[in-house]
Amino acid sequence: MIRVILPAHLRTLGGVAGEVKLETGATTVGTLLDALEDRYPVLQGAIREHVTQQRRPYVRYFACEKDLSHEPPDTPLPSAVVSGAEPFLIVGAIAGG
Amino acid sequence: MSKVRVLVGTKKGAFILSSDGKRERWDVSGPHFAGWEIYHLKGSPVDPNRLYASQSSGWFGQQIQRSKDGGQTWEPAGNKFVYDGVPGTHQWYDGTPHPWEFKRVWHLEPSLSDAETVYAGVEDAALFRSTDGAQTWEELPGLRGHGSGPHWQPGAGGMCLHTVILDPSDPKRMYIAISAAGAFRTDDAGETWRPINHGLHSQHIPDPDAEVGHCVHHVAMHPSRPGVLFMQKHWDVMRSDNAGDLWREVSGNLPTDFGFVIDVHAHEPETVYVVPIKSDSEHFPPDGKLRVYRSRTGGNEWEALTQGLPQKDCYVNVLRDAMAVDSLDQCGVYFGTTGGQVYASADAGDNWAAIVHDLPPVLSVEVQTLP
Repeated sequence: MIRVILPAHLRTLGGVAGEVKLETGATTVGTLLDALEDRYPVLQGAIREHVTQQRRPYVRYFACEKDLSHEPPDTPLPSAVVSGAEPFLIVGAIAGG
Repeated sequence: MSKVRVLVGTKKGAFILSSDGKRERWDVSGPHFAGWEIYHLKGSPVDPNRLYASQSSGWFGQQIQRSKDGGQTWEPAGNKFVYDGVPGTHQWYDGTPHPWEFKRVWHLEPSLSDAETVYAGVEDAALFRSTDGAQTWEELPGLRGHGSGPHWQPGAGGMCLHTVILDPSDPKRMYIAISAAGAFRTDDAGETWRPINHGLHSQHIPDPDAEVGHCVHHVAMHPSRPGVLFMQKHWDVMRSDNAGDLWREVSGNLPTDFGFVIDVHAHEPETVYVVPIKSDSEHFPPDGKLRVYRSRTGGNEWEALTQGLPQKDCYVNVLRDAMAVDSLDQCGVYFGTTGGQVYASADAGDNWAAIVHDLPPVLSVEVQTLP
C-alpha cells in the first residue's frame, strides 16, 4: 500500500478526504502516478499534461525529504514509500508572491 | 413569476446570483470551485438547469464542470482538449513560429437544440465541440486549418478564442472571434471557415485592412436578426448588416471607442450597450466615471447611462464576456467589473444597482431567464 498526499485543490477535485491509500505494485514515480490517475480519473491532466505526460510546471513531487520532481518517470520510488512507511507528496508549488 | 439567475465567473471561483422577476432582492451562492479561475459558465437553452463551467488554474490546468440542477451540485466532466493532427505553429509575440499549445477554455457555448452538445473556445485559439455533455471533446479543425492560422498572433491576454455565437435561424452557421486574429464564420456547421473582417481598420497592424490580425474583443447578435452583428474591437465599435461580410464603424459620439463588452437589448435589436474604457493601456473608465453607453439607433448615437453607477474615483475594467441581458419584459442588463462588483439594471440601463460589491475580479457574466 502506497500513501499519497494531494494538495488541497486536488483533494477537493477528486473528492478525497485525507491521504490516498493505493493498493498498487507501483515501484516508480511514473507507475505510481498512473495508478493514482486510474483510481481518480478526474486527476488526469491536473498533475501531468494529457498528451506529453509531462509534470505540470507548478506541481512538485516530494518523498522522504527529497525532491523527485525533476527525475524521469522510471525513477524508482524510495523503499519507504513503497512500503507505506512514508507518503509520496504531490505539492502545488508556492508561487504568486 | 419569472426568475433570473446570473452566472458569474471570477478569478477565484463562480457565484450564482438569483432573484425573482423584480430583480430587487438577490440570493448569492458561492464561491463554487473556490480558488480556481472560472473564465466562463453558461446554461443550456434547452435545459436551463444544465450548466457548464470552465475551471482553470495555473497549477492544475483545465477542468470542465457541469451541473444538472442549476448549479446546486456539480460534477467534473472531460478536460482533454487535444488539437486535431499535428498542431502546427502560429506567430509568437516576436514574430517567430510558436507551436499551438492548449492553455485554457475561455468560453463555453451550449447548443441551441441539444443539452448534451456544447462548444468550447480555447487558448491557443481553436474551437472544440462535445456531443456527450462535455465528457469528450473534438476540435473542429477547419478553423485553424483554413489557411491563415500560421499568421495569427496573441493579444496581450493570450491567443484566445473568446466569442462563439450560434445562429438560431441556421444551425449550420456560427461566428467566432479570436484575439488577435479577428472574426470568422462557418456556413457548414464548422467544416470550413472564412475570415469576416472586411471593413475593419486596425492601425496597430502592418496592413490596417488585413484579412486577419485584428484584435476583436467581442461580438454580439440579436437572435431575431442573426445577420446583424455588433463588434467591440480593440479600438472602434463596428456593425455588420450582412453576417460579417462587411463592417462599418458606429462609434459615433462615444467618449472613447476602446472597450471590451458589447451586448444587445433582448427585445430591441437596434439597442446596443458598450462600456467605454480609456485607452489600450490604462484599461479603466474615462475620468473615473463608470458609464454604460446605450444606442437606440444601432450605433453612432450613444447616451451615457450613469444612474446608480460610480461617477468618481472608479478605475475598474469590464472584461469582454462580463455583460449579459435577461429576457424579461423589462429587459435587464448586467455587467461585472474587475473590482468585484456585479451591477444590474432592471429597466434596460436607466437605473443601476450593485447586486454584489466585493467579489474577486469578475471574468464573465451570463444571465438565465427562468419560468
